[in-house]
Order: sequence, then C-alpha cells, then structure tokens
Amino acid sequence: MAIKERMSGNEAVARAIKQINPDVMPAFPITPSTEIPQFVSNMVANGEVDTEFIPVESEHSSMSAAIGASAAGARTLTATSSCGLALMWEVLYVAASNRLPIMMEVVNRALSGPININAEHSDSMGARDSGWIQIYAENNQEAYDNTLQAYRIAEHKDVKLPIMICQDGFITSHAVENIELIEDEPVKKFVGEYEPEHYLLREDEKMSVGPYAISNYCMEAKRAQAQGMINAKQVILDVAKEFEAISGRKYGFFEEYMLEDAEFAVVAIGSVCGTIKDAIDELRSQGVKAGLLKVRVFRPFPGEEMAKALKRCKAVAIMDRAEGYNANGGPLGAELTAAMYKAKVSAEVVNIIYGLSGRDVRVNDVKDVFNKLQALAEGDNQFGEYPYLGLRSL
Amino acid sequence: MEQNKFDFKEIQEREERLAPGHRMCAGCGGTIAVRNVLKALHPGDKAVIGNATGCLEVSTFMYPYTAYEDSYIHNAFENAGATLSGVETAYKALKKKGKIKDDYKFITFGGDGGTYDIGLQSLSGAMERGHDMVYVCYDNGAYMNTSVQRSSATPMYADTTTTPAGKVSDGKPQTRKDLAAVMAAHNIPYVAQTTFIGNMKDLYTKAEKAIYTPGAAFLNVLAPCPRGWKYDAPDIIEICKLAVETCYWPLYEIVDGKWILSYMPKNKLPLEEFLKKQGRFKHLFKSGNEHLLEAFQAEVDRRWEELLTRCNA
Repeated sequence: MAIKERMSGNEAVARAIKQINPDVMPAFPITPSTEIPQFVSNMVANGEVDTEFIPVESEHSSMSAAIGASAAGARTLTATSSCGLALMWEVLYVAASNRLPIMMEVVNRALSGPININAEHSDSMGARDSGWIQIYAENNQEAYDNTLQAYRIAEHKDVKLPIMICQDGFITSHAVENIELIEDEPVKKFVGEYEPEHYLLREDEKMSVGPYAISNYCMEAKRAQAQGMINAKQVILDVAKEFEAISGRKYGFFEEYMLEDAEFAVVAIGSVCGTIKDAIDELRSQGVKAGLLKVRVFRPFPGEEMAKALKRCKAVAIMDRAEGYNANGGPLGAELTAAMYKAKVSAEVVNIIYGLSGRDVRVNDVKDVFNKLQALAEGDNQFGEYPYLGLRSL
Repeated sequence: MEQNKFDFKEIQEREERLAPGHRMCAGCGGTIAVRNVLKALHPGDKAVIGNATGCLEVSTFMYPYTAYEDSYIHNAFENAGATLSGVETAYKALKKKGKIKDDYKFITFGGDGGTYDIGLQSLSGAMERGHDMVYVCYDNGAYMNTSVQRSSATPMYADTTTTPAGKVSDGKPQTRKDLAAVMAAHNIPYVAQTTFIGNMKDLYTKAEKAIYTPGAAFLNVLAPCPRGWKYDAPDIIEICKLAVETCYWPLYEIVDGKWILSYMPKNKLPLEEFLKKQGRFKHLFKSGNEHLLEAFQAEVDRRWEELLTRCNA
C-alpha cells in the first residue's frame, strides 16, 4: 500500500535513505542540502538506522571518507551542494575510477560568485565529466524514487560507478508537496543487500586500491571505466522497469510531455519542467503543438534517444540552468545539439540560459519561448544572439 | 594497553608487511619508517594501510604490483586522514552488522608535504573525531617526490628548489612547524616523535603503542632523504643519531596529554654536527654566515628548553 504524505525534497530523500539503511555517511553542512545530513543524524541519534555518520571537516574529506568507506565494503552515501561539490572535484574522479558505487544527494545550487544559495545546475554540470552517473528530479517524488533506484544502478556488476541524485535547491529541496511513499518492506526487497565482490575488509583476501599506473595500463583502465557508463544505460532502464512494478511509476532516460506530435519542443532539466508543462497545457488549448522533453538521465547521456524523440520537431529550445562560459551556451545545449546533428535532425535549435542563481521562471516566460520557436521555424530568429530567459537589461 | 617486551630478534624475524621489490631509493628513510612501523603490528593481526600520494605511494603500488602484504588504500595527496577515517568507520558499521568478525588495525602513512601542509586539515579532522587509527608522518622535510620543494616541515635555512640558497637568499627563511605539538593540542590519547636510533627500539615501542592504543594516534618519524638532504646514503643512521644528540629532533611522547621525554642526551652536541653532514646546509658554513648558524642554534635551544619544561625534565 502506498503511503500518502506531504514533505519537502530533502525530507523525501532522507526518508528514502532511512528505508535503504546504508552503512556509512560522511557529510558536511552546506545550504540547501544541509537538512539531509541533519535528518540522517537524527535517525542515527534515535536508533532508527544502523548508519554510521561521520561529521567531517570539509566536503573534500566527505568524499575522501566516502571513498575509504566504499572501498572498505560499506554501502556509502553523502550529500552536498554548490561549492561543496566543487571542493570535492578532485576526488570525484578518484571515486569513479576506483569503481566505487557511492551515492551522492546533490541539491543543485549556484556556484560562486557572487555567492548565492539558490537553484542552478552549475555545480553538478561542472562535474559532468567526472565519471559519475547523474539523475535529475523534477520534484520531491522523483527525488525519492531516484534515490531508491540509485544503488541498484551504481552497484550493478556491469556498472560499478558512483551516482549523483540531483534535485533543485529550495524549489524542490525545501518546498513541501504531496508525495507517495513506498512501504519499508518492498523498498528493502527492491534495494537488496550490498554484496561487493572485492573490498578492503574482505576477510579472505587482501586488496590494494588506488595504484600509480604508467601509460601502458592507464588507458585500458579508463576505457573499462567508460564501458561501465555505457552499460549503465541498459541497467537504468532495467531498474526503472523493476521499480515500476513496486511503485506504479514509470521512468526512463527522459520524460516526453506532449512530445509525440509536437512541432515545437523545449528540452529542460529539473523543477522548471512543471512550469513548462503548464505553459504547454495552455498552448495546446490554443492549438499550438508544443511539447517537452524532460531530461532525467544526463550521465550517461542518452543523446541518440533524445535526438530521435525530437526528430519530428520544427524548432527546439534547449534550456540550460548553467552557463558554459565558453561563448557558446550551456552544457545540455552543446551535447544535445551535437547528438541531433549526428542523428540528422533538421529542426532549428536554440540554446537558452535560464534560471541562474534561482531566477524565477514563469509560465509566461515559457510561452514566450514557444512563440519565438514558432517564428524561428519560419526563419525569423527573435531570440537574439545569446539568449537569456528573464534577464533584465544589463 | 598491553605491550610486549622488546625482543629485537623476534621482531626482526617477523614477516615483512612491506615486501621487497618496490622502487623506493636505496637508503630511503621513508621505507625504513614504514617497514619498522608495520613490524610493530603483532603477527597475525590484520590491518588496512592508508597512504597519501608521494614517493612511497608511487613506488610501492605501481600497477599491477603492490608491495603491501595487507589491504592498502591510496586516495589522493591531501586526504590520507579522511580516507582512513572512512575505512575505519566502514569497519565499525560492518562489524556492527555482523558482516565481518576479524579485528583490524588502521595505519596511514604520509610524507611531510601530505601531512604538515596539504593534508593538515584532513589529518586534524580525523584526529579530532577520534577514529581508532594511527597517522604516521615520515618526515623528510621537503616535497621529495617532486624534487625537494620546501614544506612547512623543512628546517630553517635549508637549500631547497623553492628556497634555493643564492646571492641574496640564505635558504628557507622560516622555521619548521612543530607538528607533534599541533597534534598534541588535539588531545588525542597518543602522540610521539621518533626516528631511527640504535636497534629501532624507540620507533618500535612508539609504533606499537600508537597502533594498540584505542583511539586516534599520531607518530612523527624523522626519515632522512639522501637525495634531498644531500648526504651519503649509508650515513643515515649517523645523521639520525646527530639529529637526536643535537636536540634538533628530540624523542618524546605525549600520553593522554602528559609530555614524556624519551631520551636525554648526555652531552648535547652543537647543531653544526648535524648540519655539516648535509649538502642542503652547505652555504651555512661559508665564512660570513656564522650568524645563521647562531640563529639556528638559538632556535633549536629555545625549542629544546620549551620541551624540557613541558616534559618537566
């Protein structure tokens, strides 16, 4: 029986963590993810979980301790945001290359500067090539569901990679919404026990982790790691199917909203997708064939599948909640445009930067994007040279 | 803590936990430190060894070979403390769940660069949290793996590649950080400073105490580097002896906050005796630089007196 509740995104993932009952969690406070280690600390203090919490002195140590714990054979997680994730950057690569299935709850927030605590994807997008799987949520329900699926993907023998479960700071992490929770028993059964093949504390063998490797070996190791990410695609789909069986909720690489017959599409990640759906509902009632492709899985990047889903569109706006600072746009824009080119998708494409540092996006902003997409399809580019959504004049 | 009698023969006959065939330099002090610290593990006891990036890591665990007879983890340069704290916590968690039954000890090694400098925060955090582990610094007083750059462990006036002695430079202008005292200020149960003296009794005894004292422990081992210090490799034991006899590197321990002097030189030798053996201090012996030797001697004397006061000796 599903449990009807109302809670914030942070509470939702904390509830999922409680149900998973992982072994070790090192964490360091940073807004807006701080609540997650607080919730877990409370569970530890009240004997509700078996988890050992390590109150580390920095995020670098948080990821470093997570690497130690995971290599030692413990199911391990941490949580962070923004600068905390940036401070981990060096060791994110170590976690991935050691093939350690650590889960990290990322509550997306702008990187400095100026220092700002609100939603933006610059933190996890900055780590997009660190070898971590990245799954994004639109709302608290998805943050909860993605957390429950995380270890099944990360620990799979064909994958063995760390995983970030991302949700938008404040908009998702702190806003209280309705949610449907799964009972403890089916969750426990679904997640299963962690039984790693090799680990430091395995009593019948010894193991060395983190070698120096010369060029003769390094490239093969990196290729093997890349294969883990390639394999993750099928595993993500398989796990989603199993999850649907216990939850009734369907997940894939992305969600298509009114996309099947759409002429004009927006591609976006995270909480903004709720607003986009509202705009689409209005436009559809006016006869505009508008649609949304909501990206759930960004790593591995399902470029081919996304391009295929967009191939009938006349014009597509790819929305990035992160600057690329490359004079070319954002990361989703760059990667998806390349994938569309490879798939010979002929739609007009525009890359729009939106919502930086928590800048609000309204239904009218999105409707405006769709209006301009219709013009763009007719050869009239009203977006301008380097489009920013909702920007006041400089 | 129950401590075994120091039986040199029995200890030397124990199986090596750092296997031969690694690529450390001949006469490397770091290797001597690691071998002898690991000898203090009682035969049959299991351990996980940690390691900061440095000479030791790149020379003892070069894929696909490892010199470690125990489980071993290297993570990065600045996080040996945090990494092993994670391993130790995993041990607690898995033991609690009944997933492992054996007892394990946790020992991590870092050079002075990875310990005094870039890894200080991670070390401090791990010690303050009281993980049941030993952090061993093999202190060779510079970044030797990258070719002798100064660290905060480098003695004053040393000629290094980033504090070269030159026409208008006397070598490193600053004095050495006293890391053992910094660690003592963490109020952990055991801190000790040692080096290679005689039959290694001091090192062995302190390593054994550090490993078998419950809670966090820190061991600072002076581990000369023939390449960086510029001396004849076979002179290492003599140099260590002079470091102690001149009181440049006093031997002491801090047990539950109590400072204890391990060795009182009968005749405290002039610092010059230690310095003149090493090429990195060559410029101090040029005429006109007598004041530098005096200033260095005064600094060593001041610290020695301070230590005697702390030890009530």
